[in-house]
Amino acid sequence: MRQAIIELEDIKLKRGQRITLDVPDFKVLPGENVAVIGANGAGKSTLLQIIACLLNPGEGKVCVGGRIVGKDINVIEARRRMAMVLQRPYLLDITVFENVAIGLRMRGVPKNEVEARVNETLDLFGIGDLAKRHGRALSGGESQRVSLARAMVLKPELLLLDEPMSSLDVPTRMALLTELGRIIKKTGVTTVFVTHDVTEIPFLADRTVIMEGGKIIADGHVRQVLYKEMRGALSQLAGSANWLLREDGGKQYDNVSVSDSTCRSVESV
Amino acid sequence: MDLIAEGVTGAFQLFISRDPEVLRIALLTLRVSGLATIIGAVIGVPFGTALSLWSYRGRRRIAGLVNTGMGLPPVVAGLWVSIFLWRTGPLGFLRIMYTPTAMVIAQTAIALPIITGFTMAGVGQLDPGIRLQMLSLGASPWQLLYILIREARLSVLASIMAGFGRVVAEVGASMMVGGNLLGQTRVLTTATSMEVSKGNFGFAIALSIILVAITYVINASLTRIQQRS
Repeated sequence: MRQAIIELEDIKLKRGQRITLDVPDFKVLPGENVAVIGANGAGKSTLLQIIACLLNPGEGKVCVGGRIVGKDINVIEARRRMAMVLQRPYLLDITVFENVAIGLRMRGVPKNEVEARVNETLDLFGIGDLAKRHGRALSGGESQRVSLARAMVLKPELLLLDEPMSSLDVPTRMALLTELGRIIKKTGVTTVFVTHDVTEIPFLADRTVIMEGGKIIADGHVRQVLYKEMRGALSQLAGSANWLLREDGGKQYDNVSVSDSTCRSVESV
Repeated sequence: MDLIAEGVTGAFQLFISRDPEVLRIALLTLRVSGLATIIGAVIGVPFGTALSLWSYRGRRRIAGLVNTGMGLPPVVAGLWVSIFLWRTGPLGFLRIMYTPTAMVIAQTAIALPIITGFTMAGVGQLDPGIRLQMLSLGASPWQLLYILIREARLSVLASIMAGFGRVVAEVGASMMVGGNLLGQTRVLTTATSMEVSKGNFGFAIALSIILVAITYVINASLTRIQQRS
């Protein structure tokens, strides 16, 4: 069996007396592209921060490459095997080139190699011409491309994406999603992608995890999980609609009825 | 008006004639206050950054002490440094009372809380997301400290300017621990104070103009660096 890049065991995060995250078992294998979806407050970003070793869960184990973080591998070393892109780009007050190079400099990569890798990555994201521009003088889409390049230049074993498209307008988001999907396929990088927008999932993931109330309630192939959830949601909708119709005596809505056949028709689509 | 004109003329004459005593006083002022500011910055900038970043027990109390220290009267700093450095004091064996070294220590005690406090406020205003992003990219605590100080460099420079401004202008501490000894510990502020008490207003005005000119040149240079940033 392949060694998981990241493995969470019996993770429980408490805030006061309340358990905000409860994940008994979660693994990401090399080459997987996992999407984590859920409503606001479901625990998606918290899960991602625990994976990124930015948040100490208090209870449970986080293993990176089979080594327990804080015991077999120190936190900084574990973080350096990953890279994370946040909702906002958080570019520093320096040039685009220096922004992209910062992670490599933290790792003490030789100057020549830094230059070559940064230029290569800037070209990969089509932003080579921005290299000398100031990090704070870019548009939203350009900034997020730089942020993605800053993570990808590190050639991480695991790329963590925390709703990186949420602050972008629709055309920019679609363009960047398509491009990022292409780059992920081309490089074969393993990813965990947090989003609350289901439409983004097919671009970047082949496995989907659904979270609710700090727990993982579904985990599997994208189509399988989404289909199951959609069916559940529709059944719920059908139940509510029929209850409403019954309450109204059904007089004004004689030609309207929602039943399980509605779900079946949607399935056939 | 005559007095002011006499003082301004006197200042120019002192500049032109390069009076050796005035030159020595001016250079000692620069050396003592400059060194105190540098030491204050070397300790205060990382300390202020750390105070604004990490949460630990007693952090609020330390921050409160720093903020109180920002208003520390120079005579109080001078008194405490004197108590420690007097021959019978805990550090009396060092025998540095009434030396420029003692003045540097006293002025550092004045500059340190100012630089720490302003740095703490400046770094504290940075978006917390920057810290999270840098940690996620693998920054070590020292690398994070450096990056955040660089991000808050405008505030950090302002804190250094404020620290220098305070120590170069203080009289009380320098007088108490330095003693205003001619050729040894006399600086522009203590010399000005002494000339006023002697009734030499013209010479005092001349010294004060030199002090303001030195402060202006240094702060203008720092402002230039700040604006370029």
